[in-house]
Amino acid sequence: MPELLQFLFSGVTVGAVYALVALGFTIIYNASDVVNFAQGEFVMLGGMLTFVCQAAGLPLPLAALIAIAVTSAIGVAMNKLAIEPARGAPVVSLIIITIGASIFIRGGAQLLFGKQIHSFPAFSGDTPLRIGGATILPQSLWVIGGAVVVFVGLWLFFTRTLTGRAVLATSNNRLAAQLVGINTGFVMMLSFALSAGIGALAGVLVTPITLTAYDVGLAFALKGFAAAMLGGMGNPKGALAGGFLLGLIEALTAGYLSSQYKDAAAFVVILLVLFFMPQGLFGARTVDRV
Amino acid sequence: MTMKLTPKTATLLVLVALVVLSPVLFPSGYYYRVGALIFVNAIAVTGIVILTGYAGQISLGHAGFAGIGAYACALAPVHLGLHPSLALLLGASVSALLAFLVGRPILRLKGYYLGVATLGFGILISMVLNNERQLTGGPDGIEVPELGLRALLNDMGLDLTNGQFWYWFCGIAVILGAWLALNLHGSPTGRALRALHGSEVAARTVGIHVARMKLQAFVVSAVYASVSGSLLALQNKFITPDVAGFMHSIEMVTMAVLGGVGSVLGAVFGAAVLTLLPQVLTVFAEYEQLVLGLVMMLVMIFLPQGLLPSILRRVRGKDE
Repeated sequence: MPELLQFLFSGVTVGAVYALVALGFTIIYNASDVVNFAQGEFVMLGGMLTFVCQAAGLPLPLAALIAIAVTSAIGVAMNKLAIEPARGAPVVSLIIITIGASIFIRGGAQLLFGKQIHSFPAFSGDTPLRIGGATILPQSLWVIGGAVVVFVGLWLFFTRTLTGRAVLATSNNRLAAQLVGINTGFVMMLSFALSAGIGALAGVLVTPITLTAYDVGLAFALKGFAAAMLGGMGNPKGALAGGFLLGLIEALTAGYLSSQYKDAAAFVVILLVLFFMPQGLFGARTVDRV
Repeated sequence: MTMKLTPKTATLLVLVALVVLSPVLFPSGYYYRVGALIFVNAIAVTGIVILTGYAGQISLGHAGFAGIGAYACALAPVHLGLHPSLALLLGASVSALLAFLVGRPILRLKGYYLGVATLGFGILISMVLNNERQLTGGPDGIEVPELGLRALLNDMGLDLTNGQFWYWFCGIAVILGAWLALNLHGSPTGRALRALHGSEVAARTVGIHVARMKLQAFVVSAVYASVSGSLLALQNKFITPDVAGFMHSIEMVTMAVLGGVGSVLGAVFGAAVLTLLPQVLTVFAEYEQLVLGLVMMLVMIFLPQGLLPSILRRVRGKDE
């Protein structure tokens, strides 16, 4: 049993990161119908900027805050400069724009930070905790806790605040939202800031475990995208479930079958789910208007 | 006397002229190699034009088929004793069969869901190529046997350098591929594909078998990608799993959309631009990614129809 528990621990940790990235995808998708493939670069920026600030002598919490704030600003800039001007473009064009943005950010990071692998110390030390014969790093608890806090925070924001409801209204029907006086431009900006911030937070939390480099973003983007689609695009609960499910499938495949094919198992499951549930696990059935 | 050229003939003439006349401008033999690379990419991109431009379906995993074509040429001659040219055909057949099998369930999906399914499919193939080291050589790549056609031409008195041979060989392949794609465009199948691109429901109401049509486009485009992969492998005599990687899939789609996904000529143009870009930027190697990302964003934002259609419109004035 300790073996299984060990795999579950690592699966939940990775899954929490995927879930955070998938939440980022979901928020932007709901506000703008855009799947933002640069989401993974936000994770990279979070870790990388924290490292840079910390190396410059700032205390870790402050460094992390600055990293999250700067990444949010980059998200807002991306919305203003690349997404808003292309409003109404076909899906393929939007995919190319956001992938272009991610290549651009990756290229910039390579120029500014170099190609080295970086990290910073774990928040609560590196002594593993023993639970039921298995071990878990304190940093893993930070990652899992971070995902839970973000999810609860978002849920409160979307259901209990006027601004949050404005975002929901915009995602339901943009025109109708405008007609009742919601500033949909602001909602878009807020969504990109929020989503970039969440991505950066994921990067800050996970970097002490997985380390970071200028090119780690793509893997996060693909996994987060897959997790969001698995759960059903546009549904925050789906993003959370999809993320954790993906992490667990990977960890269990790596543990019991083959670590080389852990990514394969995840994508096989996604293909199977989509064959039988074309809208993902929790996706709303859409009806096309003709 | 003025003869009215059909767009099909015009496109083919322009392509032939480009292939035949470009070498006049080549300052050195190296440019034959770049030209051949452009053609290899253009073949795959022509397939994307059929799938995305005609039928309106997205694939983020077509490099998987290029991988099958490439590794067929690397493995079949060694393990099955096939001639490399037959290996190319074998790769194309395997790609077609695989596209046929996965296409049916995958193509029921729409938009981003189709995107993630094709993405997953491509990643699975690239993962097999990376992990089955005993067979594929893993991430380090594998050698590909010589096609042997150049030696044959040499014996017949046609003396070409390696670069020149591949330039002409791939150039002819591009023209053939474009000719087939243009024929398809005007055929009943092509019209059905364009109809379902406009509206699947409307296409269905006029009796078009939407699922079968999409599947045909998917299979045909997979064959294009596979042939492109084979030609790349045979030309380089070496291949790595990157040929099946996600970034290669994205490259194909980007070339097609950047040039103008609705037209074969636009796609070839897009392939040329994106193949040349890194060659031009080798001087500023560190800025390559930065510039590539910027170009992708700027073209899509300011010229959403793609480079070639936008340029043509400007040349002709705004009469269209």
